[in-house]
Amino acid sequence: MEVEQLQRSFIEYTSGLFREGFLDGQFSQLQMLQDETNPDFVFEVVSLFFEDSDRLLHDLSLALDQQNVDFKKIDAHVHQFKGSSSSIGAQRVKTACIAFRSFCEEQNVEGCLGCLQQVKQEYLLVKTKLEALLRLEQQIVAAGGAIPTLNEFS
Amino acid sequence: MEYCNCFESPWPADELLMKYQYISDFFIALAYFSIPLEIIYFVKKSAVFPYRWVLVQFGAFIVLCGATHLINLWTFTMHTRTVAVVMTTAKVLTAVVSCATALLLVHIIPDLLSVKTRELFLKNKAAELDREMGLIRTQEETGRHVRMLTHEIRSTLDRHTILKTTLVELGRTLGLEECALWMPTRTGLELNLSYTLRHQNPVGLTVPIQLPVINQVLNTSRAVKISPSSPVARLRPAGQYMPGEVVAVRVPLLHLSNFQIHDWPELSTKRYALMVLMLPSDSARQWHVHELELVEVVADQVAVALSHAAILEESMRARDLLMEQNVALDLARREAETAVRARNDFLAVMNHEMRTPIHAIIALSSLQQETELSPEQRLMVETILKSSNLLSTLINDVLDLSRLEDGSLQLEMETFNLRSVFKEVLNLIKPIAAVKKLYVMLNLSPDLIEHAVGDEKRLMHVLLNVVGNAIKFTKEGGISVSAFIAKPDSLRDPRAPDFFPTHSDNHYYLRVEVKDTGSGVNPQEIPKLFMKFVQSQPLAAKNSSGSGLGLAICKRFVNLMEGHIWIESDGLGRGSTVIFIVKLGIPARLNESKLPFLHKGPGNQVKLIFSGLKVVVMDDNSVGRTVTKGLLVHLGCDVLAVSSGDECVRAVSYEHKAVFLDVSMAAVDSFEVAVRIREKFSKRSDRPFIVALTGNTDRMIKENCRKVGMNGVVLKPVSVDKMRSVLSDLLEHGYLVESQ
Repeated sequence: MEVEQLQRSFIEYTSGLFREGFLDGQFSQLQMLQDETNPDFVFEVVSLFFEDSDRLLHDLSLALDQQNVDFKKIDAHVHQFKGSSSSIGAQRVKTACIAFRSFCEEQNVEGCLGCLQQVKQEYLLVKTKLEALLRLEQQIVAAGGAIPTLNEFS
Repeated sequence: MEYCNCFESPWPADELLMKYQYISDFFIALAYFSIPLEIIYFVKKSAVFPYRWVLVQFGAFIVLCGATHLINLWTFTMHTRTVAVVMTTAKVLTAVVSCATALLLVHIIPDLLSVKTRELFLKNKAAELDREMGLIRTQEETGRHVRMLTHEIRSTLDRHTILKTTLVELGRTLGLEECALWMPTRTGLELNLSYTLRHQNPVGLTVPIQLPVINQVLNTSRAVKISPSSPVARLRPAGQYMPGEVVAVRVPLLHLSNFQIHDWPELSTKRYALMVLMLPSDSARQWHVHELELVEVVADQVAVALSHAAILEESMRARDLLMEQNVALDLARREAETAVRARNDFLAVMNHEMRTPIHAIIALSSLQQETELSPEQRLMVETILKSSNLLSTLINDVLDLSRLEDGSLQLEMETFNLRSVFKEVLNLIKPIAAVKKLYVMLNLSPDLIEHAVGDEKRLMHVLLNVVGNAIKFTKEGGISVSAFIAKPDSLRDPRAPDFFPTHSDNHYYLRVEVKDTGSGVNPQEIPKLFMKFVQSQPLAAKNSSGSGLGLAICKRFVNLMEGHIWIESDGLGRGSTVIFIVKLGIPARLNESKLPFLHKGPGNQVKLIFSGLKVVVMDDNSVGRTVTKGLLVHLGCDVLAVSSGDECVRAVSYEHKAVFLDVSMAAVDSFEVAVRIREKFSKRSDRPFIVALTGNTDRMIKENCRKVGMNGVVLKPVSVDKMRSVLSDLLEHGYLVESQ
């Protein structure tokens, strides 16, 4: 049936994401939190993450454009970003943030700018992937099936 | 010797006259001397005499008079000048004293007289006191009589005795000729002569209650004198003597309902009896005030005694009634038991007797089907077979139902495979559905445990019946069966207000919904569907082969499984959904699933422990906050998520059992927040646990957390299992056994 097909593609896609390191075990924890009382949990958290991240990235760009770069503020922002990405399981984003923080400590503007680029890139990648995943989930639900959960991969 | 200057007597001195004068003077003197002596003697005898000196004066006066007269004795013969002088002196003195006494007496006599008046006054007073004493004694007597009367009256609880005793005692105490009691009739419009003192059998005289004299008596609580010729007083045949005075008094008849606890009886029912008392005729006796008072008091006492008697009568009657009812109920129960036993015996017999022939018919007809038959013959045999199958089903159903209703049917609990039950049922009806070109969908929730504890056979029976009905009443479209674990809120159905499912650690409620696109049910018919032998849609019944018992039996089975079944339908032609919830047990040993999907089986049990646990989460990162909150909600907690330290300290109350603080926040010092929370609940022993969430594995963080008195540190990101064990540790031990 169509539902089964959709479910199969969902499983494949998710496993792929895990394999490539875009998502880690934390994401599957989030998936486990979704049930009948909380059917849109993953969607909610992911949307929140997108909002938060967009804002943070914007603030970071602004801060690094200043004449006198306020490293403390930048560090705070990156810290936030790291926190939210690790809460959602966006592994690569988190790793990029960790690198960013070390450059902040060194007060290296060049390094920071480079890291910012990388963080942005990773974020956009994971955002696309997550959006595709959510779309798949919606299709499954619309077809009347249940979203399957996976064993932990990492 | 000098010659005296006395005059010569005008007539010649008569010897006899002289002698008499001599003697008289002597006696006078004697008397005059003895009077004071007597006075002195008697005064000395009496204790009190206020006017001693008056006596002295008087005495002196008398003595001097006596002396004068004595000295007079010497003047009859020739006397010397000395005698004359003495005589003169005595006379002068006597004159002085007598004048003085006379003057004094003017003062004294009024006093003496007033003594007399005072004495009279005192005597009057004494007489008055005597009278009053007499009165008091009489009253005392009356009081004694009343007490004795009351005692007599109150010593019995029998109404007749009370009234009789009253009349007898009153008659005796007051010495009455006749004493009568008139009681109001049921209608309250007449007074009936009920008791008399002398007459043995009152002849049932009645008097209307609206007479002016009766109204007068009933309107006052005092005893009223009435005329002997008024109808209530005309009890004895009129004799030739003057009838004695008659007095009447009202006796209030208090109702049971008057005795309310909160307001004292206000004599609002106004039912009175009339007591009439007659003094003996032809005696001059009159009603004294104290006698009237006695009568009034007695009337009141009688009222109270009567009420007590009435209450006692009432309670005796109630008790008798109850005993009667008890006996009747006992009899009814025994009869019912006999009836049930008889029916069961009958059923047991018929069970066997009926099944045997039917088996024979079915067996032989099916055998015959196997043989060579002509088309008509085949048709006939098939009809026989179908009818006997129907009959067999009907018998089974009836027997099952009767056993179910008795309560003698018991479920056979065992561990079985839940999924296979559903699969089997669907396999059974798939052929029929295929023939009717209907689709069949099965949707089992992933969090259903594979195995369950319950009565597999009966569950299958219910499921088959419901699914079969769905197929039966659907001409196009299909049916879909979904099963999942029922949530506590969804278990409460407004249609079943007395269905209170309770959660426990080893049971859960399975909810099954069978939705069809068939002919639907008229919402008004829904209540009848589950009743025995009632078929809705009489037209469709021609095609259906049910006996009308199917749903009734299902309902019984579902109820036995401590569940509930009902139908929802939007109306005729709009399909219907049958929903039932049953209680199933969780098997002790959970089998491993063969599917690559995770089951939330074990989670269900623990979720229940944390159910409703109040916690607070503080994190200024919205994503992290949402995730932690989602985690805790998933575990069943009641979560309050805040983003600032102030909000956190404000919101934490003694109801919250745990506070999760994100320690990696830049803007907020979580340690300060922890300290403030501890201060807020320093006096309480049930203060919430404080747990730090951090992504930092630095040992300093752990040290700091311990210093501010946190109960534990948890490393982010937190998995569901980790959070579960954190909560368990907190609740069990009060701290985290192993802080990472």
